[in-house]
Amino acid sequence: MNDPKPSIDEASDGPAPASNPATEDTPLAEVIVVTSGKGGVGKTTTSASLAMGLAKRGKKVAVIDFDVGLRNLDLIMGCERRVVYDFVNVIQGECTLKQALIKDKRIDTLFVLAASQTRDKDALTKEGVERVLKELGDDGFDIVICDSPAGIEKGAALAMYFADRAVVVVNPEVSSVRDSDRILGLLSSKTRRAEQGGAGVEQHLLLTRYNPERVANGDMMGVNDVKEILGLEVIGVVPESEGVLTASNSGVPVILDEASAAGQAYADAVARLCGETLPMRFTQAQKKGFLSRMFGG
Amino acid sequence: MGLFDLFRARPKNTAALATERLRIIVLQERAASGRPDYLPMLRRELLEVIRKYVNVDPDAIDIHVTREGEGEVLELSVALPEKPSAPPAAVASDEA
Repeated sequence: MNDPKPSIDEASDGPAPASNPATEDTPLAEVIVVTSGKGGVGKTTTSASLAMGLAKRGKKVAVIDFDVGLRNLDLIMGCERRVVYDFVNVIQGECTLKQALIKDKRIDTLFVLAASQTRDKDALTKEGVERVLKELGDDGFDIVICDSPAGIEKGAALAMYFADRAVVVVNPEVSSVRDSDRILGLLSSKTRRAEQGGAGVEQHLLLTRYNPERVANGDMMGVNDVKEILGLEVIGVVPESEGVLTASNSGVPVILDEASAAGQAYADAVARLCGETLPMRFTQAQKKGFLSRMFGG
Repeated sequence: MGLFDLFRARPKNTAALATERLRIIVLQERAASGRPDYLPMLRRELLEVIRKYVNVDPDAIDIHVTREGEGEVLELSVALPEKPSAPPAAVASDEA
């Protein structure tokens, strides 16, 4: 169903998807939605790390929090004290997009657009979102990452509507896999690309909270199980890792923790998003020695 | 808790069970998403009617909509129980 060879690189040197005749003359930013259906699977962690990873590769990236009322991306990115204006302010015309974009302190091609903490979710409109995405394209952004809220309500629907590609975050656990399938269904029916016909939204799976030891024991579904059930290629497998919590504690996207397995796994996922082919790491259980098996550890 | 836990059989490969359950439900839900909205209601009402005469299981009715050329075909199959039991009682107990 999907083209297995992603092509973000095209976005860097000019107009990307040619499927939107209305704005053909302006360079469009490639829109990537990070979504899942189920909550708590790691959407925001993933959005932050993908955005940071792509920016580190020289792309100009904006990452937008669509979770109106439950803003969290700012915390994960470590810019929570610099939020003055938010996404809803921009849509309602209460400030300019430039005023609301928060520039990352580490990489100067990375910008965060925070969700509103106070408004209700009806504050987002399709026209408003489209306007912001277009303006980002006009401002020379290569990639816009849309961090979707959980569920299938308005915020999630709008986060995916304009997507060119989707990263569906899934835990190897029954409710997450089922919800992901629901989301995949929506991606192929309730998006602009689906409505236009043609290629549709390019879909990728990203497994998080993966525990190779439990997979080896038969306690957890493996990559191939999930892949087969959902019928999609996997763009990354992020192992359950202490690094994720310590990174979010300190407001640093985990991809910057290059010593952690999760950080490395996200870096791999970013490379694959950019079209590179890499072997999947962190999917094999570590062989435990006799002593550590006896005494734990 | 204790020493005997070591010898107790651990639950067998639950991951395989999860995979199997998901495979079935995902297939079912994908099929359902393309079907007309009235099918679940139709299924329920048919079940009620059939149960007035035969005591069938709730999952004994299978409804498929298949595309054949220009039109669509509604296919309905009902699995009857091996030995029919008293139907009126079943209806009464269902309504309770």
